[in-house]
Amino acid sequence: MAELLQLLISGLAAGSIYALAAVGFTLLWQASQTINFAQGEFVMLPAFFVLIGMTVFGLPLWLSIVFGLALALLILGVAFKRLIVEPMLPHGTLPLVIATIALGLLMKESVKEFYGATAQPFPAIFPQTVYNVAGASVSVQDICNLIVSMLAIGSLQLFLNRTRTGRCMQATAQNPAVAEVLGVNVKRMVLYTFLINAALATIASVLISPIYLAKFSNGETLGLVAFIAAIVGGFNQIRGALVGGLLIGVIDNLSAVYVSSEYRSAMPLILLIAIILLRPQGLLGTPEGRTV
Amino acid sequence: MTRSRITLLALAIAALVVAPLGQGNYIIYTLCSWLVFSIAAMGLNLTLGYAGQVSLAQAGFMGIGAYITALMTLNGVHWSLAAFISIVSSFAVGLALGYPALRVQHHFLAFVTLAFNTLLFLVLRNEEEITGGSFGLVGMPRPSFFGISTDGNLPFYYFSLVCFLLSTGVLWWILRSPWGRAFKALRENPIRAESLGLKIRRQTLLAFAIGSAFGGLAGAMQTPLVQFIEPGSFALIHSLKILLMVVVGGSGFFFGPMLGAAVVILLPELLRFTEGYYLIIYAALVIVLMVYSPNGLIGLGQKLLEKVRPKHEARHDLKQGVSL
Repeated sequence: MAELLQLLISGLAAGSIYALAAVGFTLLWQASQTINFAQGEFVMLPAFFVLIGMTVFGLPLWLSIVFGLALALLILGVAFKRLIVEPMLPHGTLPLVIATIALGLLMKESVKEFYGATAQPFPAIFPQTVYNVAGASVSVQDICNLIVSMLAIGSLQLFLNRTRTGRCMQATAQNPAVAEVLGVNVKRMVLYTFLINAALATIASVLISPIYLAKFSNGETLGLVAFIAAIVGGFNQIRGALVGGLLIGVIDNLSAVYVSSEYRSAMPLILLIAIILLRPQGLLGTPEGRTV
Repeated sequence: MTRSRITLLALAIAALVVAPLGQGNYIIYTLCSWLVFSIAAMGLNLTLGYAGQVSLAQAGFMGIGAYITALMTLNGVHWSLAAFISIVSSFAVGLALGYPALRVQHHFLAFVTLAFNTLLFLVLRNEEEITGGSFGLVGMPRPSFFGISTDGNLPFYYFSLVCFLLSTGVLWWILRSPWGRAFKALRENPIRAESLGLKIRRQTLLAFAIGSAFGGLAGAMQTPLVQFIEPGSFALIHSLKILLMVVVGGSGFFFGPMLGAAVVILLPELLRFTEGYYLIIYAALVIVLMVYSPNGLIGLGQKLLEKVRPKHEARHDLKQGVSL
């Protein structure tokens, strides 16, 4: 029982970070039909921006995080939208899929060449003390990660539902043509979406790097997990991505212990296939009309 | 086919026959590898370029073919039978995978195949008793036909070339048959195709399964070519590589995948002098190509040609009707 509790908590903590990446993924899909295959690398990269801030410019940790966030907004947000997504949107999803695959490769290889191929230690933001709660060891870091990600997603949800800009963004996601007619600045709303995705990726990066260390290849698994979480939860719902992320985190942790460590990473994939077969719109998603 | 096209085709085949003569082993190996990946990419082009479905498991189907062929030839079965079984199994797996996935929205086949490829990799790596785990399988024999052995690199090249030409022919025939033309109809205007009585789902499923079968054949050829297979060669990243070949060459063009495979296989060799930076340059080139010409290199070529050639201007008032 204690073991189960421990696994649940660490699973939820990891899952909440996956959820950050998955929510960003979902937002991009809704706003611009971009299936971002570089999402994992988007989470890997900001950690290195922060490290550059600390080692090259000698900034303290909090200032480096601000520096990393600014760079991420600029590169992963504005530049990604302006230089890659915008010119390709009229040509459909496929060339964009290929371009994001290439972008992921570009980011991964650049980090490997210009920063280093070895895993870099990343300073922890939260204390790493471990408490004993009812026989289960619970680390403060896990709890704090869970709280920070929940706060981030919660405030995003509030922003989208309660503010004028947020509602305009939702309108854009649902029907860009009608939104434009009603006077929404569609291009700007799409840009906001990209900025939010970059910010979510930065938060996820800063939270996950102290645990996994910052490494150029981190994006491979993270991208796949974000992807699965987004589909399992429901491609058209932020709540869905949240539930999907948490679920994948918990299943991943449980199957490592109760199934087998060899097939640990198979469990989320089996869940993915099962969801697509049984409930293609995702756990919380609403069915989209068939295209044909 | 016009006369000039036939001449061009004959010239191209002659060039392929002459290409390896007097070359070193490494170049012949690279050429063989190009032929193998061309077959895989041609199959994916049927799925992607003609039926409009994204499959991210082409390397997985190559893996199915490669492992089946390896296990059978290691046990003394002749290559041709092993290859046949590989093709049939890939086709069957394609059907089983595509049937449920194509029930739902268009992009779901991409997700299912992505999961399938990753799962297959795990199975190949973990079931050590059958697949040799991460050490892989070694020592698969190269086939011999009517007493002619393909052990040497040059004979093996010609063996690959024959397989390549045969599969090109089969694909050409499929696309020319009324049944294959339906694929094109589907891509150009699915709603109209359906209104004319085409079963969209069945056609797409068949395209995907046939495309997968080509992947199985490519895998069956990979085994005797490399004579060493391991799970890593069939991981998701290689499926993305094959997808890249199709799109870089020009998806939906018959010769696109061949060109794309040549670029994807040869470019790293050409960029070798840049050492560690080659993947960076390579990725950047792909992004630029996609931004500038989403139809790949053939599309780019057509774009450039159009600037020189006099244009046939279509009636603009008809354009609206096409996109309805």
